[in-house]
Amino acid sequence: MIAYKYDKSFEGLLSAVFEAYASKKFPDVLLGENDLPPLFCDEMVEIVTDEERSTRVWKGLERRISKSALYTLPDCWLSELPDVDMLIFRYIRKAIDASQSIEMNFGDPDVMQLAKIWRSVIKERERVMQFVRFQKTADGLFFSCIEPAFNVLPITLSHFIDRFHDQKWIIYDAKRDYGFYYDLTTATEVHFDDKQWDDRGFLSESVADMDEKLFQQLWKGYFDSMAIKERLNPRLHKRNLPVRFWKYLPEKR
Amino acid sequence: MNDNVLEKLKTLAESAKYDVSCASSGTTRGHKAGMVGSASGWGICHSFAEDGRCIALLKIMLTNYCMYDCAYCINRRSNDIKRATLSVSELVELTMEFYRRNYIEGLFLSSGVVRSPDYTMERLVRIVKDLRTVHRYNGYIHLKSIPGASRELVDEAGLYADRMSVNIEIPNEQSLQALAPEKDFKSVFTPMQYIKQGSLQSIEERKHYRHAPRYVPAGQSTQMIVGATPERDKDILTLSSALYQDPSMKRVYYSGYIHVNTNDTRLPAVSKPPLVRENRLYQADWLLRFYQFSVDEIVDDAFPDLDLEVDPKLSWALRHPEKFPVDVNTADYELILRVPGIGVKSANLIVTSRRFGHISSWQLKKMGVVMKKAQYFLTCRELPIRTIHELTPERVKRILTKGSNNSMNTQYTIQFPDD
Repeated sequence: MIAYKYDKSFEGLLSAVFEAYASKKFPDVLLGENDLPPLFCDEMVEIVTDEERSTRVWKGLERRISKSALYTLPDCWLSELPDVDMLIFRYIRKAIDASQSIEMNFGDPDVMQLAKIWRSVIKERERVMQFVRFQKTADGLFFSCIEPAFNVLPITLSHFIDRFHDQKWIIYDAKRDYGFYYDLTTATEVHFDDKQWDDRGFLSESVADMDEKLFQQLWKGYFDSMAIKERLNPRLHKRNLPVRFWKYLPEKR
Repeated sequence: MNDNVLEKLKTLAESAKYDVSCASSGTTRGHKAGMVGSASGWGICHSFAEDGRCIALLKIMLTNYCMYDCAYCINRRSNDIKRATLSVSELVELTMEFYRRNYIEGLFLSSGVVRSPDYTMERLVRIVKDLRTVHRYNGYIHLKSIPGASRELVDEAGLYADRMSVNIEIPNEQSLQALAPEKDFKSVFTPMQYIKQGSLQSIEERKHYRHAPRYVPAGQSTQMIVGATPERDKDILTLSSALYQDPSMKRVYYSGYIHVNTNDTRLPAVSKPPLVRENRLYQADWLLRFYQFSVDEIVDDAFPDLDLEVDPKLSWALRHPEKFPVDVNTADYELILRVPGIGVKSANLIVTSRRFGHISSWQLKKMGVVMKKAQYFLTCRELPIRTIHELTPERVKRILTKGSNNSMNTQYTIQFPDD
């Protein structure tokens, strides 16, 4: 059994693909830097993340599969699922070895599995677009806290920048403890050590805007009166608005 | 902004909530310099009410005073309910502040008819014009067109709104006249025609001049109440199908009748809205729009109503066993789409994947085909399986409806052991 050890970055994974083809030894397991090697491990190869090598693999892939299929790979990577790296590795290998593009071959279990993962990542991205709730601070900044299941904030940025391009905002991923701050020109990654919001993501009264509470009340009032009593359907409600998001929603407070 | 607004907002939302349409789809528009907001083509639902319906737009009435007395409507003149009117500045501030907080995707503005249709329509148009030109709002706007409004006003509204709608409410003119004496089909269909003509004209102009203004880019929609009047599903679906012939008509909504005006004897006293029927109508609507069905395949004189036990596609398949089984490896896309349990997504997956090799049943399962239903209607080059011909349609129906906690299934059936 051959194991590869790499730094658990997407570039690292592409470098691993390069290494495998260069040495003609294909890994059975991919390990992170601190993972224990499996039993019966014959060979352990340490992968050095190399930008030149990863770019070469990426360029090679550009020739073999279409752009839209290629860009699903980094999206799938954001799912952070435990075995997604091996899945992407196998997909890339199949793409390189096949004589024609494999991207439409959904009869192949790896292609199908990756398509499913991509769909769920994109669904989660949509959920972030749906359920982000900004709160205005006293200095006119809009702040929001959310816990997406996958690490999808980077791929939602273009949407939020386009929509709210004339207001400063922060979207903070409470689960992964980082966020993005948009300062009217670019979005930069930020991390806060002293948090000025409670565990449900609501800003403390000292930093919130004067009218913030009122608008949250207005929204909750509107939300409550929208439901038609004769049609109550808690199951459908929970399916559409998953309970894991309720914590940060003012209407569910 | 104060508590007074909260009360008004609640009252007017209560009045507006029976309008089903809440789609925010149909327009893709990036931000414009100096304006706020964008519109995403597929629409984003920002919240879901406890009845499971999406809340994408701030669905609100400008006022719930109304001079009409439609029997099915909660806001009718003769009802003793709380009435309120929002001022223009209040409405604009609510929209902008909600939008900036990502609560909503846009505004859905409707109104009770005050003084005259034109007077009301003019006020609505003024608000959307203000939103766009003064407050530089670039998000989604759905505007109700008041039945009977004049052409000039509808034309002007179309320049600012993304989608417009006029509700038919009752799918038959006699029934409509009985319930809403002030309305007739003409007052409903005329604005619809205006919207259609404006939209077609704008599409044509934009082919010649790139900067010609867009006119209701997301098209129009309408709504019908189901279960208030004796119309059959055939009448409703035939009307929908005719409406969909108009290229600007994007959606027809069906709203299960809720008995809000309990003292009106013209209407059936139903305790629960006909949710199953409403659901079946939506399924039939999907068949019309995405599955290449024509309306007389779904309902005809022999079957004027949709089967409440099984969905309309399965019901069609059970009536037409001669079309099955379909071989997924060779059949055309249109035929694969007709197999119960296969949707648009999985039909596309099948058609693209079979170029690489045969598709087997476990692959179908992985692609998301509901094999529980589909197994009786397809073959895929495996050992012969029991299809609808071996089992007879009646038996397939019995198997597929077994276990569903439908109150109609109380009759005992003899279970034959599976051979």
